[in-house]
Amino acid sequence: MESLRRIAALIWKELLAILKDPRSRFVVLIPPLLQGLVFGYAATYDLNRVRYAVYDQDRSDASRQFLAMIDGSGTFRRIANLGDQREIKSIIDDRQAILVVQIGSDFERRLLTGQPADVQVIADGRNSNTAGTALNYIATITDAFNSRWRSAKGLTSPPVEPSARAWFNPNLETRWFMIPGLIGMLTLVQMIVITAMSVAREREQGTFDQLLVTPFRPIEIMIGKSAPSVLIGLVQVTMVLALAIFWFRIPFQGSLLNLYPGVLLFLVAAVGIGLMVSSVAGTMQQALLGSFLTITPLAMLSGLNTPISNMPAGIQYVTLINPLRYVIVIAHKVFLEGASLRYIFPEMWPLALIAAFTLSFAVWMFHRRLM
Amino acid sequence: MSARRITALLRKEMLQIFRDPSSIAIAIVLPIFLILLFGYGLSLDPKDIPVALVVENPTPVSAGVGAAFGLSRYFRITTVTSMKKAEDLMREGRVDGIVRLGQNFDRRLLIGTAPIQVIVQGVDANRARIIEGYARGAIGQWMGQRNSAGADSSVGPVVVQSRIWFNADSDSRYFLVPGLVVLIMTITGALLTAMVMAREWERGTLEALFVTPVRAGEILIGKTVPYFLLGMAGLLLTASTGRFLFHVPLRGSLLVLTAVSALYLCVALGFGLLISSITRSQFVAGQIALIAAFLPAVFLSGFIFDLASVPKAVRLVSYLLPARYYVSLLQTLFLAGDIWSIIIPDCAVMLVMLLVLFGLTLRKTKKRL
Repeated sequence: MESLRRIAALIWKELLAILKDPRSRFVVLIPPLLQGLVFGYAATYDLNRVRYAVYDQDRSDASRQFLAMIDGSGTFRRIANLGDQREIKSIIDDRQAILVVQIGSDFERRLLTGQPADVQVIADGRNSNTAGTALNYIATITDAFNSRWRSAKGLTSPPVEPSARAWFNPNLETRWFMIPGLIGMLTLVQMIVITAMSVAREREQGTFDQLLVTPFRPIEIMIGKSAPSVLIGLVQVTMVLALAIFWFRIPFQGSLLNLYPGVLLFLVAAVGIGLMVSSVAGTMQQALLGSFLTITPLAMLSGLNTPISNMPAGIQYVTLINPLRYVIVIAHKVFLEGASLRYIFPEMWPLALIAAFTLSFAVWMFHRRLM
Repeated sequence: MSARRITALLRKEMLQIFRDPSSIAIAIVLPIFLILLFGYGLSLDPKDIPVALVVENPTPVSAGVGAAFGLSRYFRITTVTSMKKAEDLMREGRVDGIVRLGQNFDRRLLIGTAPIQVIVQGVDANRARIIEGYARGAIGQWMGQRNSAGADSSVGPVVVQSRIWFNADSDSRYFLVPGLVVLIMTITGALLTAMVMAREWERGTLEALFVTPVRAGEILIGKTVPYFLLGMAGLLLTASTGRFLFHVPLRGSLLVLTAVSALYLCVALGFGLLISSITRSQFVAGQIALIAAFLPAVFLSGFIFDLASVPKAVRLVSYLLPARYYVSLLQTLFLAGDIWSIIIPDCAVMLVMLLVLFGLTLRKTKKRL
């Protein structure tokens, strides 16, 4: 009982320390919202303004029909009509266009005589992912042109007609993938930094020693240091979640009751990592740089920016100890798939294990340093 | 300005760097770790995609489709006999796609058009789109083989011949490695400098320096040069590993690369100094450097995501970021060559930023009594 009262007092003091200083209050509350907003818009692999140029040597009805379909797709903006082969190089080099569509002078003639007509498409590969996506769009538009041409000319359709459909995200919007993932990514950064820095600050200013001569036991100090961070984390998660649902209108298929238990475990694990960092760090600078050294690999190996299944097998095993990996999967499953606890349980127990490990490791380290 | 005073300050700063393992870890260990990770680990190019092939009544034709997917280096096929089984596999996350041959596939193939349904797990939309493309490719290949004898009605009428310049094999490392250089320079430039300088403010050691004959400009030089050198070492490390270990081409000249990198590093340093002299607290300076310099360098610089496709307001914000110009320069210098129509305007913008940042910092650090 006495112990609970002490812990409550410590938690209160910690919350006040963070929330009373207007600058750190700002740093804790505004950035997650702002980042969620800005990165929510920025972090997308979808293209909607592909600048492209045309080099049409045919200038026929057929070539105009083909180009009209590209212009009409809403994704492409034609920025120039080239009159010369040599202009292609400069327009790509200068990054004015990322795609050049070149139609040969025999385009219509070949089409009308039933021969396959080539269209050359040149893409700027400086960002090869963007180039690949744009080429994919062109392929889809070409398919549509072909089937329209076939039915207009009464040609037979191909023997196999593949039809594609996507589950959980029918229009394949990257935003639906990125924003729920950001919930974990943004709070991970904040949790580790806030926790590590708050312990390091006490240590650097000498108030940690004062805390140690009080009747607090190390475990109580640990709880007092971690509970406020978890509370702040819950607020941050809720803010980004609200942004995702109400601002970005990403359909929330599941139930909050399935989401929050996983999020809570994740926050505890993240705070545990922050405490681990601070238990090794002597100064605030070391705490910040240490957090940074931990956050970067965790973020890179989370599967949000590049899928885990593309990584080599050895690295895939390493990602198993990354709490961010699990919370991102939980967010996606609950958000987009409406998964029930049965489907997210495989992600929950590793999180619980990681949380238990990081916290007990941190307690052990603090004990050792005190001896 | 006195050379002797500056040398003394530099010596003190260098000693501090070498005595604190954390700055070395950030400037040397992190870059090595990141480059190995980017080189060997991270990739946007899927492989061994687990896919369920639904064949309700197996025939030689369906076996042919299965073989076409199996031969593709992108897929790992699990054949199931009912759609329900495939859907269960997909819900459990065991497969990322379903390829379903409709009932009586063989017969319908003979009389006209036979349907093949491709369903992808759409949560990761970018990956899903790539998988869809690969699946169409595998089906096209199978059709091509079937039709190779007779008239080829699977092709055309219009056939797209695409070429990706600067990166013909579309290797995602080609743009991840230049992007990594930006991250490393931002970390040493902005984050490390902001922290170091904020510490001096917080501990009051900067005030102690002010009562000495040292001038504000000399303090700034003493603080920035060591971190500048650390940043350039990071560049050398990353560029040479990228070039020799991962064979990312460097098509521009080394001299231009060094010059624009030095310019960007100075801008990042200036930003770090400004943050620290405004906040004067390590906690806040660290957070701001993270939020205003590092994260935007990942998300808002064009390093991974295409900036032309973000809404206008966000795009305007990105114009304020030095990282945006540096990413564009690096992608061009590494993959395309010395293209002056890109180098000159981008460098001009960064130069203006540099002057503004140092002007502001100098005003903020002016000795005050």
